[in-house]
Amino acid sequence: MIPLQPPRRLIDVEIDGEVVRVPEGSTILDACRTAGKDIPTLCHGDTLTPKNACRVCVVEVEGSRTLVPSCSRKAETGMKVATSGERSTSSRKVVLELLASSVDLSTTPRAKEWMAEYGADPARFGEEAARVEQPVKVDNELYVRDYNKCILCYKCVDACGDQWQNTFAIAVAGRGFDSTISTEFDAPLTDSACVYCGNCVEVCPTGALSFKSEFDMRAEGTWDESRQSQTTTICSYCGVGCNLTLHVQDNRIVKVTSPHDNPVTHGNLCVKGRFGYGYV
Amino acid sequence: MSYDRLTRPLVREDGVLREASWEEALDRAAEGFRRNIEAHGPDCFAMLSCARSTNEMNYVGQKFTRVVVGTNNVDSCNRTCHAPSVAGLSAVFGSGGGTSSYQEVEDTDVIVMWGSAARNAHPIFFHHVLKGLKKGARMFAVDPRRTGTAQWAHRWLGLNVGTDIPLAHAVAREIIHAGLHNRAFIERATAGFEEFAASVEPWTLTVAEQVTGVPAEAIRELAHTYARADRAQLVWTLGITEHHNATDNVRALINLSLLTGHVGRYGSGLSPLRGQNNVQGGGDMGAIPNRLPGFQDILDPTVRTRFEQAWNIGIQPRYGLNLTQMLEGMAEGEVTTCYLIGENPVQSEADSLACVKRLSMLDHLVVQDIFLTKTAQMADVVLPASAAWCEADGTFTNSERRVQRVRKAVEPPGEARDDIWIMCEIARRLGHDWHYDGAEEVWNELRALSPAHQGMSYERLAELQGIQWPCPSLTELEPPYLHGRLWTENPGPPAPFGILRHSPPVDLLDEEYPLRLTTGRRLDSYNTGVQSSGFASPLRRGETIELCPEDAVRLGVVEGEEVRITSRRGSVIAPVYIDPALRPGLVFMTMHFPDEVDTNALTIEATCPIAGTAEFKAAAVRVEKLVAVS
Repeated sequence: MIPLQPPRRLIDVEIDGEVVRVPEGSTILDACRTAGKDIPTLCHGDTLTPKNACRVCVVEVEGSRTLVPSCSRKAETGMKVATSGERSTSSRKVVLELLASSVDLSTTPRAKEWMAEYGADPARFGEEAARVEQPVKVDNELYVRDYNKCILCYKCVDACGDQWQNTFAIAVAGRGFDSTISTEFDAPLTDSACVYCGNCVEVCPTGALSFKSEFDMRAEGTWDESRQSQTTTICSYCGVGCNLTLHVQDNRIVKVTSPHDNPVTHGNLCVKGRFGYGYV
Repeated sequence: MSYDRLTRPLVREDGVLREASWEEALDRAAEGFRRNIEAHGPDCFAMLSCARSTNEMNYVGQKFTRVVVGTNNVDSCNRTCHAPSVAGLSAVFGSGGGTSSYQEVEDTDVIVMWGSAARNAHPIFFHHVLKGLKKGARMFAVDPRRTGTAQWAHRWLGLNVGTDIPLAHAVAREIIHAGLHNRAFIERATAGFEEFAASVEPWTLTVAEQVTGVPAEAIRELAHTYARADRAQLVWTLGITEHHNATDNVRALINLSLLTGHVGRYGSGLSPLRGQNNVQGGGDMGAIPNRLPGFQDILDPTVRTRFEQAWNIGIQPRYGLNLTQMLEGMAEGEVTTCYLIGENPVQSEADSLACVKRLSMLDHLVVQDIFLTKTAQMADVVLPASAAWCEADGTFTNSERRVQRVRKAVEPPGEARDDIWIMCEIARRLGHDWHYDGAEEVWNELRALSPAHQGMSYERLAELQGIQWPCPSLTELEPPYLHGRLWTENPGPPAPFGILRHSPPVDLLDEEYPLRLTTGRRLDSYNTGVQSSGFASPLRRGETIELCPEDAVRLGVVEGEEVRITSRRGSVIAPVYIDPALRPGLVFMTMHFPDEVDTNALTIEATCPIAGTAEFKAAAVRVEKLVAVS
């Protein structure tokens, strides 16, 4: 018999001197957010198991020798956390500098704001700093892969793999600086196991994966989020009842996402829900 | 082909459809209804309400039929898919909804997917199944094809098409003979066990193996695993319901849950997966011939009185015509006018040629749709509607009975208008001055009449991301599963076992038609393809006839080669696709591309006498090489 989850207790944690109460099993990041702290994250996915890849969310925990990734470490009773000490801010600064010097963060939400906040200067490694450079992969009409923007957070791999979609169309290939996210034998998506659910695009934090509609509009210079509305409704295909958030610009649907906290979808959709809106 | 949205009303003049103003089109629509009702009485009218539109639209649609016209002849295309599930479940439990919720599939021990290609047809439901599997649940897939679902199963039971009842009976017999049935539950909460046990007695494992093609040992394992599980979910889709004896198929599965007590508890239940976004809601709203809103029986005088007082009219104390009977009524001249909202029966009904003939016999046909479908092309008046899910406000109800908010995100194109506005305008022309200030006003009217929906204010639906019915209270929530009463000291009306007989597919195989054709869906496409043709799916490969490699060799055909497929009703040409998931003798087609290949020219219109569903899943065909003309 598979056990059901028992009720969760509440525990007290001290964040920057303030005590907050969170359910047992919450992460330090959850506790920080409960306390109203704005911790930057990139590889953290609210629907995914923490991967500890980017380390931009590190904080100091009293009694801990090293900095602690807040997105994965569970909060414990009586824990004392400092979110903006010198060690953690300087670490975040260097992480942002290393990432921005090697990949293109221009479409990463809030990256610019964080760089300014932490005084990150990616140019300080000089012109010779290694960069991830490869051509944009446009091999189908639904979504585009631009690995110049990839920070290797593995969220797409987890979403495609055993955490949600279980299609296993992509994985990490290569070693060290040359590692990339790739299909089997680096084949085009159309020759891969991909089923075009777009659940990898849903979790991508940098825009390395983007819908073709958004990619094309950005290329034309017509993509304008300030003119977009977001409306959550229900998919019109099968009877499962998936929640769709329609991003609409000038009375046209320009992309479809799904709310991550929804009990039906948990942020996931299939090819019809994600892309089958062309007929309206 | 891809369809353009309708943006102007159309009326037929001198045999052709021309553009018209709303005023003219609405007048023409109303005038035709009035003419027919005056000449033949209200029962000459039939409405097909849209299983893809909102609950609010369906509520107004059935109210239009019952109040403005005065008949119960309202139905929707859930007839072609899930009416048997509703009929079966409500006959046993008094309620037509699936008994479990998606979360319970994650928390169960055994999952039986029976006739359900959910991996492709309901991919996000299958995510919940996959979560359950990762937690350690065991899964059985019962399907003639080794589908994407079956590939995840611990065991695949590849039965012959149309032998679901023998298989279920053999499972039941094995459970009883092994002493694994839940005696206390049967005693307390069910009726008719002795007779049921006698009726399954002939179905030994050996006999069942001969009839179903499933090895006896696999049947035994399914029986023992299901019966021994602490919690078990039984999930089915169209593989169970698109048969001529579909309601019996559903009852055969329900019997297994009654035998083992796998219903009415958290994690144990019955889940029919709905094929369209609001099939569940359409029925809940009373857009079916035998139920008033809230799935309340028309034959119950207290229910009827409540509605008669609220609507200030009399309601006929008898069931109206279902879709199948409506089509028959057209052929016999009893149904002379029809109001079709968002339905495409010409391409969705089995035996499509017969359907065209029947619709063409109508005196007055009004079609309200977002596209000029094949059905709309036959209409006298075509009214351009908005697309419910993104151009209207309202609610849908999903397969776990969760009512969720639908919100308007874009403006409809051209002069297309909201379904409810259109119906109110026609009602006004027929002497009923209806007006609703938005969908919420409709919803609140429904809530006042349906106890199951009473507690679901729009505000609460938004806050809780949907609420599962029943929800009678504004402050409390019911458990996510139905029929907990069966486990209480006073279980209420007992759940009856169904006494069923095996009835093989109507379309028999013989030397002339030796292959069994079954139909289904693919991941990236949907029903008659009207919606899904609008995006460039890299997975789409058009209609094909799928054969197993052995049959292809025997017929001397190769992949991509065009062949002729012939049934006793029609003949089509399609290219071959080789699929090792099929077994010899079994071929597969979809119904997604009717403009290229009209699969339903082949299927049979043998219908379930209880629910009226057609046997899409089992036609007899032959496949022939095309002879080159030199």
